[in-house]
Amino acid sequence: MSITLTEQQIEDIGRELDELRQRVVADLGADDREYIYNIVKVQRALEVAGRGSLFLGFLPPFWLAGTAALSLSKILDNMEIGHNVMHGQYDWMRDPALNSKMFEWDTACPADQWRHSHNYMHHTYTNIVDKDRDIGYGILRMDPAQRWNPYYLGNPLWAFLLMTFFQYGVALHDLEVENVIAGKRSLADNKKLWRGIWRKTGKQTLKDYVLFPVLTGPLFASTITANATANLVRNLWAYSIIFCGHFPTGVATFTEEECEDESRGHWYVRQMLGSANITGGKLFHILSGNLSHQIEHHLFPDIPARRYPQIADEVKAICEKYGLPYNTGRLSKQLGSTWAKIFRLALPGGGDPNGEPAITVVPTETRAAA
Amino acid sequence: MAVLQLLEALATPHGVDRYLELVNPMLTVRELRAEITDVRRTTADSVTLTLRPTRQWKGFRAGQFVQLTVDVDGVRRTRCYSPANSQYRADGKIELTVRAHHGGLVSRHLFATARRGMVVGLAQADGAFVLPEQRPDRILLISGGSGITPVMSMLRTLREENYAGQVAFLHYCDSTADVPYLDELAGLDGVVLATTRTTDGQLTGRFGQEHLDEVAPWFADAQTYLCGPPALMSAVRDHYAALGLADRLHTEDFQPAPIAPAGEATGTVTFARSGTAAANSGDTLLVQAEAAGLDPEYGCRMGICFSCTQVKTSGCTRNVLTGELNSDPDVEVQLCINAPVGDVALDI
Repeated sequence: MSITLTEQQIEDIGRELDELRQRVVADLGADDREYIYNIVKVQRALEVAGRGSLFLGFLPPFWLAGTAALSLSKILDNMEIGHNVMHGQYDWMRDPALNSKMFEWDTACPADQWRHSHNYMHHTYTNIVDKDRDIGYGILRMDPAQRWNPYYLGNPLWAFLLMTFFQYGVALHDLEVENVIAGKRSLADNKKLWRGIWRKTGKQTLKDYVLFPVLTGPLFASTITANATANLVRNLWAYSIIFCGHFPTGVATFTEEECEDESRGHWYVRQMLGSANITGGKLFHILSGNLSHQIEHHLFPDIPARRYPQIADEVKAICEKYGLPYNTGRLSKQLGSTWAKIFRLALPGGGDPNGEPAITVVPTETRAAA
Repeated sequence: MAVLQLLEALATPHGVDRYLELVNPMLTVRELRAEITDVRRTTADSVTLTLRPTRQWKGFRAGQFVQLTVDVDGVRRTRCYSPANSQYRADGKIELTVRAHHGGLVSRHLFATARRGMVVGLAQADGAFVLPEQRPDRILLISGGSGITPVMSMLRTLREENYAGQVAFLHYCDSTADVPYLDELAGLDGVVLATTRTTDGQLTGRFGQEHLDEVAPWFADAQTYLCGPPALMSAVRDHYAALGLADRLHTEDFQPAPIAPAGEATGTVTFARSGTAAANSGDTLLVQAEAAGLDPEYGCRMGICFSCTQVKTSGCTRNVLTGELNSDPDVEVQLCINAPVGDVALDI
């Protein structure tokens, strides 16, 4: 896939999207606050109900209901609340409880490290091979431009393990282990990060695997299993949603050269070509943290996520107007093509690593003459 | 304490208060909040609120202020108000009188929407505008407009402790209809209302020596406590300074800080994180940041609440209240009361 746009078109796209953003920002207010606080209320209620039910975990319906409620609580906490709050989507409310610099989430990864690896590294260098460490998370081959070696024969296995232990994978992400192995980063660089991970993971482990199980007395084993299950369910869900954001078929990757000195408009186009949406109902969107609108999220990572479905039609119209693909599909389709890619790229090849750049920019006059 | 630690460990990473507030916002372990228990609209544009703080409240001294936090159209806003009640009030509640002034986001919001049962954010009392523990023999209180509240608290506190010295209270208002505590004040000795627009006060017109002669001819032997609009503040200040009595005058400014003349400003203010820069206009950093299209957090805009504190990475700033210069790199500065002297870079 390669898109050809004139300089003028790139500039127009930038302007149109800037205007769209301005309109949303100007409209932020009490409704957005009420929305996120309602989500927080539901999440906390699910958590209390879930952990409470596990005190009756010897009755199978209570164990199931408790585990399900706790799983949903963790999913909401991490996705619609945590991820989005830490993007600064609600900083305009000036509320310390939902401030990007102060929020912590119910997962192993410390919030400050996540903000660095995700908000800065991934959202700035989206899908630029060798810059965006979310391409394969340093352990998978997710793009043909990544040079194959026999380690990648394990691609599906590594992906399965990452999915299962996703919260720990995310927690270790900022350590850049692959760069330490490659000698580009020293162990000393990671000392402070390790301390943060140790502290945060310690608190999470104490809560989920010691305190609550002990409090349920004879139900220790039942509660610890339920808590582990809830963490696992959240891991599977978060991994699946996130992998559908950038890895389905048709999503473009970029080289460092083509993104040098890029304009605002070019950055927008890269975000649109480098992201994919998932279709679904309202509840599905909320549980995905509205990352089912990955395209809108990557265009405007800091506007409240509930706004993404509202602006999706306009973004789609802009894509159509300029002949850009708007990659979307059902969860099964997007997830299927992501796993297919994981398996295919375990083997050498898988695409032309030196193919045409995803975006070709031509001077405005050239196009007019043609 | 052990129980609290256990609860916090169970509630990690959000903290116990984040769960309790969903049941009852007044049920807090750490955060100080207050519930509005009474609302009285005392004049055409002011509302008197009675607040019951949560158990963390440590009380206040007459003349001090608190920071009140409310949500206005989804955005949390903090402003400073001085309690007007006696510091000895038995039920521990505090009384704030808020005047809805033109363009006042929070004051208008409170005037329009305050109701019983509403829960607001609160910070512990602060401020050095207080009476000394060893009460002076003679006290003159002067206020203007909404500046009445801290001196009202002083007056009520003095009365409650049966203060044996001499006290007088001179209050300036447009007309007596604007005075929130009119009924109470009318019955007290030594209280004089001066009206500047109408003639229904005991005195009329603006502050001057003749008013002092009338209200407190002994003012030169007294300690004077003053709070009001800028014109009144500077009139009294100048008068006391001219008489060599500046050290007997104690003031509380509830107005934005004065600003250096623009002509003296040089250099460039750089807002590093947002990638913008602008020529130094001489205004405070907060005003310049806003003029550059940024939206930094702020609260009181007078240097007391620290909501607007940000990191200055380089350059020299001048505190417009104290004139103090600060040229240390990588220090936190209050944007609302610091103006750049030459080039300054901020991490916002």
